[in-house]
Amino acid sequence: MELVQILWDRRDFFLTCLLEHIRISLTAVVCAGILGILAGVLISRHRKAAGIALGVINVIYTIPSISLLGFLIPFTGIGNKTAVIALTVYGLLPIVRNTYTGLTNVDAGILEVAEGLGGDQRQVMLKIRFPLALPVIISGFRNMVVMIIAMSGIASFIGAGGLGAAIYRGITTYNMTLTAAGSVLIAALALFSDWLLSRVEKAVGRRYGIE
Amino acid sequence: MSEVIAIQNCCAAYGENQVLSGVSLKVKKGEFLVIIGPSGCGKTTLLKLMNGLVTPVRGEVAVKGKALTEWDLTAMRRGIGYAVQGAKLFPHMTVEDNICYVPRLERKMTREEKKTLTEKMLALVDLPQELAQRFPRQLSGGQKQRVGIARAMAAEPDILLMDEPFGAVDEITRRGLQEELLDLQKKTGATIVFITHDIEEAFKLGDRILIMKEGRIWQEGTKEELLEAPRDAFVKQLICK
Repeated sequence: MELVQILWDRRDFFLTCLLEHIRISLTAVVCAGILGILAGVLISRHRKAAGIALGVINVIYTIPSISLLGFLIPFTGIGNKTAVIALTVYGLLPIVRNTYTGLTNVDAGILEVAEGLGGDQRQVMLKIRFPLALPVIISGFRNMVVMIIAMSGIASFIGAGGLGAAIYRGITTYNMTLTAAGSVLIAALALFSDWLLSRVEKAVGRRYGIE
Repeated sequence: MSEVIAIQNCCAAYGENQVLSGVSLKVKKGEFLVIIGPSGCGKTTLLKLMNGLVTPVRGEVAVKGKALTEWDLTAMRRGIGYAVQGAKLFPHMTVEDNICYVPRLERKMTREEKKTLTEKMLALVDLPQELAQRFPRQLSGGQKQRVGIARAMAAEPDILLMDEPFGAVDEITRRGLQEELLDLQKKTGATIVFITHDIEEAFKLGDRILIMKEGRIWQEGTKEELLEAPRDAFVKQLICK
């Protein structure tokens, strides 16, 4: 009850936080999505490089998020920019890994026919390989989006905006309701995005006949 | 020039594993050549030499009088049909898009052009027109094979390479497909190189039959020549099945 009350009473504050949260997450999602898919496509062509690249990304992933934010401060300062960079770096792992897995698991026989019939490397990638990997790539994208939205909450510790600001303020002022309200909104945003993307995933699966 | 494909003393290997040792072969224009042999004898590799999917470690391959090293491989392949076991249709594309794959690598096609070509190809491989908008998963094994052949022939290639294309279909469908393939060759005059492990199929289809064993051409000839003078017990056993 208290939770609903606070959400209603301070709706302008929460709305600002929510929009800011969406803005930061969305920027990171776009950056990580583009970089991650490009990286995944690149390493799918060079299997040796793939092991190294995935290894590096894995190691980065194991750095606690709060310390990654700390590492970045001397270079990019505090605020939204640093937050977006950190979130992008974290978001890379699921999308690169899934892009790579999706692309390398396409039936080799199908790819060979696509090439044998006269498709060049680019055509085989764009017409056959990438579309067939798409369901796996989208599922990685889904993971990434949920992760970035959740992790954006921490970004307020380095002065970035978003719903993390509500949580942070709640913690520093011993206002548990405020913290809970921020958390609930983050969870709701994450769940909603996940649901939305699951619909996309299903639609693509149907279109491409790989349910 | 009557030789469409010429393979000169070719060796091929996958890593350490030598699969072809010094194979030479000529395929004449309009010929139906069948390659037969036990699994692992190198027949698929031999076929892939012809469209450059496998590069020989030694020896030379020439298609239409031009060495493969001088060809732009993708351009060359667009003039060579390729059909394989299990058809390997593109599962995310409709039958129509599968059939139009090769011509669309070269140029954009209008909806009308696609429709016309698909109608023509479906008729050629004796499939009902209403399959055009179906996806491969909605087809039977025999239908898939037919679409696979239609896809291979859509750009009117004068060479058709077929790697056990009827391997995964039932006996009755297979006989139908064999008849149609012979018919198709009569209509188009295409040169066909066809792999099988079924000697009956080889005898039925081939103008000339090439028997392979352990990466070499063991014996070649017409059905009559092989039946009359098999080289050894291996050939005898193969053709008497």
